[in-house]
Amino acid sequence: MNILVFVKRVPDTESRIRIQHETKSIVEDGLNFVVSPYDEYAVEEALKLRETKGGTVRVVTVGKDEAVAVLRKCLAMGADEAFLVKDDSPETYDGLRTARIIARAVERKFAGTDLLLFGKQSVGADNSQVPAMVAELLGLPQATVVTKLEVEGTSATALREIEGGMEKIALALPAVVTAQKGLNEPRYETLKGIMAAKKKDIPVVKLEELGLGPDELASQVEVTGLDVPTQRQAGRILKGDPAETARELVRLLRAEAKVI
Amino acid sequence: MIAVFMETRDGKIKICSLDALAVANGGAGVWGFATAAVLVGGAVADLVPSAFALGAAKVYLIENNIFADYSSQAYGLALAEFVGEVKPAALFFAATAMGRDLAPRVAARLGAGLASDCVKIAVKAGALEFTRPIYAGKAFLSLTLRSTPKLATLRPNVFPLGEAVPRAGEVVKMDVTVPEGTVKGRVTEVVKEESAEVDVTEADVIISGGRGLKGPENFALLRDVAAVFPRAAVGASRSAVDSGWIGHAHQVGQTGKTVSPNLYIAVGISGAIQHLAGMSSSKVIVAVNKDAEAPIFKVADYGIVGDLFEVLPRLKDELKKALAD
Repeated sequence: MNILVFVKRVPDTESRIRIQHETKSIVEDGLNFVVSPYDEYAVEEALKLRETKGGTVRVVTVGKDEAVAVLRKCLAMGADEAFLVKDDSPETYDGLRTARIIARAVERKFAGTDLLLFGKQSVGADNSQVPAMVAELLGLPQATVVTKLEVEGTSATALREIEGGMEKIALALPAVVTAQKGLNEPRYETLKGIMAAKKKDIPVVKLEELGLGPDELASQVEVTGLDVPTQRQAGRILKGDPAETARELVRLLRAEAKVI
Repeated sequence: MIAVFMETRDGKIKICSLDALAVANGGAGVWGFATAAVLVGGAVADLVPSAFALGAAKVYLIENNIFADYSSQAYGLALAEFVGEVKPAALFFAATAMGRDLAPRVAARLGAGLASDCVKIAVKAGALEFTRPIYAGKAFLSLTLRSTPKLATLRPNVFPLGEAVPRAGEVVKMDVTVPEGTVKGRVTEVVKEESAEVDVTEADVIISGGRGLKGPENFALLRDVAAVFPRAAVGASRSAVDSGWIGHAHQVGQTGKTVSPNLYIAVGISGAIQHLAGMSSSKVIVAVNKDAEAPIFKVADYGIVGDLFEVLPRLKDELKKALAD
């Protein structure tokens, strides 16, 4: 089974986000970049499928040269190959642009793929757009926000999270599946894996090789503003007897905050 | 015209879809667009009145057996055909599990831009401007879309809703043919959570627990308090979820859900940055923690410094009394 996993380099979740107002962008200095957490579940799922079904796990990212670091991490986890689709444009927040690049790369460079795995969203842009867009552009079925995946021959069954329950989805392969937390427990890299990953060649796919037109690479999104929310102020602190503080809190919630 | 997709579950239109319609409608006078509801399903004609009750000027009805069970491919095709024929200026969805699954497919099919999970929509210089959280709410991005139509998903429970003005408009039936072989994935079963608990994204009140709860059994204390409210949910911090004390569906924060209830009660949660990102747009925040230095108190409107095991039962009793009045 040939599996492609798409990952993104993002600031870790403990990052404090600062804004560069003139360029309406995030200040990247001092941020610690990692594989987007949901993408790690996707990589792990691919490795588990390879253990039972055989085949290959190839990891792809679209981004600048720095993104190679997250590909090395995936190789260290056990992926067979990794590819950088080199895109030097700054973050556009436009899922469609990225989806077009990925869909074309799959057609031109990764024909014969059985399963395309993604994280359910990148931690950062938080769009949850790219995987379903890639599925549509390639005419493939999808299961998003998946917590359980079973593959049997040329079909798969996925459990996906919905409000207050789960949906069971039957898919014909090839298909797009996006990973939710709970799908598995991502493995740590081994020392041996890290050493091997360092030596691996990471081929670069240039955007020009994909033959996308300027219209297809233009962003649909124009950023008009970027701000951090106003800091909430610390409020009133109650201390002392539990019964009294509970009573006073409820009184304040009713009389002052008017939420109950 | 702004069209709004009506998501149906259990033979009803979901409240958050009706809310999205109300948002479009509330803006109709100001923004200068008429509004329309789009209903897709096996047999959904009965639901037309609820769309008019919320003020839709027109209801587009796309009925066919193939739409009886949700499939992103079939629904995506239906909505793309609707857009091709009716040419709305914008198409809105509620940012639900289905909305997030479906909207990108429609956008890709149309080559249109999509603003995900919007918390504010305004008109600036004649163009729709969408504001949405990024980094789970650590920052807010405002954007316009160059394409026509403009697609957006609207986060439930955050838009202020005005009084609905019911209308008796026109019902337009549309036939959409889904060619054989189009649908390669479909929902075969919907499994409801047995407890029928309210989802954190749909609750008015959330009471969340963290490591301070000391173990899975003590989430019962939170459930007791939640049960006092009509629409309350139990949430959790990442460390409580990672310890296996409660399912991931309850996790609030950057690798969980972003929530904005009227009242958020954080119990035994210290307040890591990634947790604060997911809940700081709540209207009122209450923290209960024995550590007076916990970062959660920096964002809480009200805080109780004390032992949660002593505070919670008393808080439940006091809330019960207050709500009975």
